[in-house]
Amino acid sequence: MTASIPIRLEGRARVLGDDVNTDYIITSARKRETIDERILKQYLLETLDPAFAASVRPGDILVAGRNFGCGSAMEVAVTVPVAAGIRAVLARSFARTYYRNAINNGLIPVECDTSAIREGDRLIVDLGAELTVRDEAQGVTIVARPLPAHMLRILQAGGLVPYIRAHGGFQVTT
Amino acid sequence: MAEKILSARSGVDARAGDVVVCEVDYALGTDAATPMAIDYFEAMGGTRVRQPERFAFSLDHYAPPSSAKSAALHDRVRAFARAHGIHLWEVGEGIGLQLMVESGRCRPGGLVIGADSHSTMFGACNAFGTGIGSSDLAAAMISGQVWLRVPETTKVWLDGALRPGVAAKDMILSLVGRLGQDGANYQALEFLGPGAASLSIDERLVLSNMSVEMGAKAGIFLADHATRAYLSTRVVEPLTPVEPDPDARYAREIVVDLSALEPQIARPHEPDNVVSLHETSGTRVDMVFIGTCTGGRVRDFHEVLAQVEDGGGIAPGLLLVLTPASREVHFELLRDGTLATLTALGAVVTTPGCGACCGTAGMIPGDGMTVVSTANRNFKARMGNATASIYLASPAACGAAAATGMLTGPRVRV
Repeated sequence: MTASIPIRLEGRARVLGDDVNTDYIITSARKRETIDERILKQYLLETLDPAFAASVRPGDILVAGRNFGCGSAMEVAVTVPVAAGIRAVLARSFARTYYRNAINNGLIPVECDTSAIREGDRLIVDLGAELTVRDEAQGVTIVARPLPAHMLRILQAGGLVPYIRAHGGFQVTT
Repeated sequence: MAEKILSARSGVDARAGDVVVCEVDYALGTDAATPMAIDYFEAMGGTRVRQPERFAFSLDHYAPPSSAKSAALHDRVRAFARAHGIHLWEVGEGIGLQLMVESGRCRPGGLVIGADSHSTMFGACNAFGTGIGSSDLAAAMISGQVWLRVPETTKVWLDGALRPGVAAKDMILSLVGRLGQDGANYQALEFLGPGAASLSIDERLVLSNMSVEMGAKAGIFLADHATRAYLSTRVVEPLTPVEPDPDARYAREIVVDLSALEPQIARPHEPDNVVSLHETSGTRVDMVFIGTCTGGRVRDFHEVLAQVEDGGGIAPGLLLVLTPASREVHFELLRDGTLATLTALGAVVTTPGCGACCGTAGMIPGDGMTVVSTANRNFKARMGNATASIYLASPAACGAAAATGMLTGPRVRV
């Protein structure tokens, strides 16, 4: 939610499956005690893999199949991975609430064919003229679906907080 | 219908694929999303809420609070509501989504958003209802606006009428099973046809509500006689419904014959893991949960009562947990004796609200328990215990399970 996001990200692929819902990313029951993402990050993806949170390194990139972030609209499902140091999520497709929550919090949602990417691969996400993902280990470059201009502006502002601070509201209709 | 509502609210000719900035008619913040929205509001430099009368907050997911920390989150929401003149539904008043509908905020042709994914439910009243996150709610409080990508529309044409023993829940489970959890991703669903017209508002709410289980952005019905009758005591202003143009373009058309449907069930741990109820017949059940924004309205409890009475009571050792969706529902069930009868038979009645649905309030199932519920999601750990197995079914099928202690087809009264 702070500074402008970089154009180029490098990180290690952390591969997940299809239909990873927001309850799996961070379970609702954990929110009874706190909504502080710095505490909740120790429970990231615990339902799928209790050891996952401890294995996350800052800069890791989540790589999923179809319909990432389905289920609830709860925004901790974005702020918790961000607090864990994750700055991009690659998926074949996203649930719409997750996609917009990601943009609003400066987490880059990259919609692309993720089938070639393997756990631990070194990835380079490039937000240039095109949105591309380079998988160094597999030797492939994947062209992702471009981000609509309006969403790109929010992302480039660093998220919706700095965007609204700068503009006082929504500026554009495109 | 989605294009029409979003065009009217954005002031531009909005077409599928466009990103538009829209004026919001009403917006809901639940206790699960509003504390974070307040953080975002402050971080965005917000000082006052533009048009506070368009917002409402509900204390429902953590109702009643089971820890000092969730009580503190409630206090934060209360204080913000008081400071900014925003309507607050207190603990015990019910589920915010249901209260948005009951209070007449979900109106034909309106744009009604909620910081809750099941806000698609508002489409039952011909509104464009969709879920947003906390940051979007904060931005809406500051600007009165929300950005939306105009969705493509899938037409769901409903023929025929539901047979006795088959519910709206069976119809939507069948569709979720058929299309899958992303089968309508980013799309608006329009429920049309004689079958749609045959459904009551409460039944339409079930279909619109669970549209999000296929990834849909909205699930919209036409406004008709039933809509007007439902809203007649709730809205004083003239209604401004929308309907599709005769030459409306659809991304896809799906036809469902309601009269051909049979009872359905979603097995653990995904809502699209749907089979005919009879395929699971005989599965032992430990707990039955009746409630939520999908299955906690008056008729749902009547269906349960009928099954339990016809089946000779509640099966020994089975936990039957009842959570009315709202105080209005609770009152009606008190007045007509439904809750007295079910309580005498051994059911537990809990505070109106989200209850046991997502493990935030109400009864958390024990290790290894099998639960069947009228809710909308059965993800692993959804109810607060990862070792529980959750099935989703109609109120009648849940009532039959409560009576017999196992999954079985509901009895049909003749």
